[in-house]
Amino acid sequence: MIFLRRQLPLLITFVTGVLFAAQYYVPHPRSEFMLTEVTKWLQIIGGFALVLGVTSLFHIHAVKIRRKEPGWGYSLVLYAGIFGTIAAGFSYSFAAGQWVNGKETINGIMTAFGWVYLNMMVPLQGSMFALLAFFIASAAYRSFRARSREAALLLIAAVIVMMGRVPLGEMLLPVSGDVTQWILNVLNAAVRRAILIGISLGAIALSLKIIFGIERAYLGGSKE
Amino acid sequence: MKAECGTLRLLAALLCLCLFPLTTSEARSRQALAPPQNLRVVDTPSDSGGGLIVLWSEADYDAPEVRYQILVGEGAEKRMVAEFPANSHYVRDVKWPWWARVDRPDVHQFNLKSGKGLELKNGTSYAVTLAVVKGTERVETPPLRAIPEPNWVNWNQMNNLLLVLLFGAVVLGSIRTAKQRDIFLRRIPGLDAVDEAIGRATELGKPILYLTGAGDMSEPATIAAAVILGRVAKRVAAYETDLLVPHRDPIVMAVCQEITKQSYLEAGKPDVFKEDSNFFITTDQFSYTAAVDGIMLRRKPAANFFMGSYFAEALLLTETGASTGAIQIAGTDSDHQMPFFVTTCDYTLIGEELYAASAYLSREPIQVGTLRGQDLGKGFILVVLALGTILATAGVLFDTDWPRIMLDLFKDLK
Repeated sequence: MIFLRRQLPLLITFVTGVLFAAQYYVPHPRSEFMLTEVTKWLQIIGGFALVLGVTSLFHIHAVKIRRKEPGWGYSLVLYAGIFGTIAAGFSYSFAAGQWVNGKETINGIMTAFGWVYLNMMVPLQGSMFALLAFFIASAAYRSFRARSREAALLLIAAVIVMMGRVPLGEMLLPVSGDVTQWILNVLNAAVRRAILIGISLGAIALSLKIIFGIERAYLGGSKE
Repeated sequence: MKAECGTLRLLAALLCLCLFPLTTSEARSRQALAPPQNLRVVDTPSDSGGGLIVLWSEADYDAPEVRYQILVGEGAEKRMVAEFPANSHYVRDVKWPWWARVDRPDVHQFNLKSGKGLELKNGTSYAVTLAVVKGTERVETPPLRAIPEPNWVNWNQMNNLLLVLLFGAVVLGSIRTAKQRDIFLRRIPGLDAVDEAIGRATELGKPILYLTGAGDMSEPATIAAAVILGRVAKRVAAYETDLLVPHRDPIVMAVCQEITKQSYLEAGKPDVFKEDSNFFITTDQFSYTAAVDGIMLRRKPAANFFMGSYFAEALLLTETGASTGAIQIAGTDSDHQMPFFVTTCDYTLIGEELYAASAYLSREPIQVGTLRGQDLGKGFILVVLALGTILATAGVLFDTDWPRIMLDLFKDLK
């Protein structure tokens, strides 16, 4: 049992880790083929794992409804949304004269499934994304208050960059365009690259630890 | 009279000097064209096939007005695939490192690749002819045959492999050192605050929300987030506080369930573990964000952890969390989202600190040793940056090629 839970996954991790790290240095089409095939495997495994996810979703919300937990009405909405969309996906389109079969349009005619996507999903996603503008404004207001020396620096840099990125700002303060470019190309780029170097080294070190079985916490537990 | 004679001699000498370049250039232009010498056609090394290299020596007549033509095929099928000035396409112009060069830098090199009406199939022999054209004159070499083949090793990237092996050896060496003696770890306030956040949630009787980000298990940031979850869950278990871990990826959810269960076991509280603490919401970015925002507003967690990689949803999540008054700790390698985390969270683990978190929380020698290895790696990169800047500047100032010997070692070449 310990072999199946510990040693076998560690062995698979080591072999595949070394193999796919080496794959990067092999330009032969067979190496490319191997990578493509394994990517397909990952997609298939992901498909099976989605069953786990959906089961978890159904279970959590079923418990909420059964126990009448606060906000259980939302769980009912979720169930209605899921089953309603599934029904629309498997329905019969009288306008197109055939089964929808998960298609959004059939011969240019929008199906019920397509209607749900276009008139419910897309506007909802758009609304969430649009909220970002207001959230940026509120976050900026809190952060840009010059309470400390660092916050004051942030405020000054932000004002210059904002001025330099809009035509009106550049018209009012002509030098802002050049200063903005300098801030972005020198200060910002230098810091960003420094962070990226740290991230890359961290990611390589973590990968090495996983390949050599030094980091095992992802298997559940770290001692054995 | 003598002075006049001297002036005439001087004028004649000047005229001769002026005419000399004309006569030499005229003589050169009248020189008969010779076919290019030492023509070779070989398979392109370090490629996936479908490529040939044409090499030939530079000639006396190499000048912008003279043109080389590359022709592929034989007889009626022979056709021109490239034409370029004779003073271009040298080995030194190709962006290959010095150890992968196929000849001397002053030799002409043309890379034949599939595309733009030319298809080179692996295993098929192709006849290549080189022609030189000057005005109305045209000279061709006899055709040479070569077969494109795929290669098993990309020699251009050997510097990359060498550096990875070197860094791996440094990390493993540092781990060994860390087992023998203590290594100093600088304070990371964001990780020191983990206990504070859990303690606060316990006092308030509110749950802890932990997000593992938008990535899947193939991303190092997600793995790091899952590893940190294990450390956090162990402390949460000790305090018997509620833990909520909503997921975007079912595989990450399954892995995190195992990690959380193990942490509760290690904390000696298997009875407190709830299977539902890790749950799946959706793979859709904004649907997931809306759901997590809803959880934040309804359940009002006392502490929010945002670990892993994030995209546009980062600010939507953290700003909602901030509005509920929760203590927020973020850790990400998504450099484009870092400003949002820094402005909205109480503590942010920037970049590599995310990978250091596991070591910092566990203090295990193996983990701490890895951090030491990373620091040595950074030191090495700093030295290379300084040395590279000096060498590149020297190369430009003295118009010399030798700094490439060092600079090529640190280039990312495909």
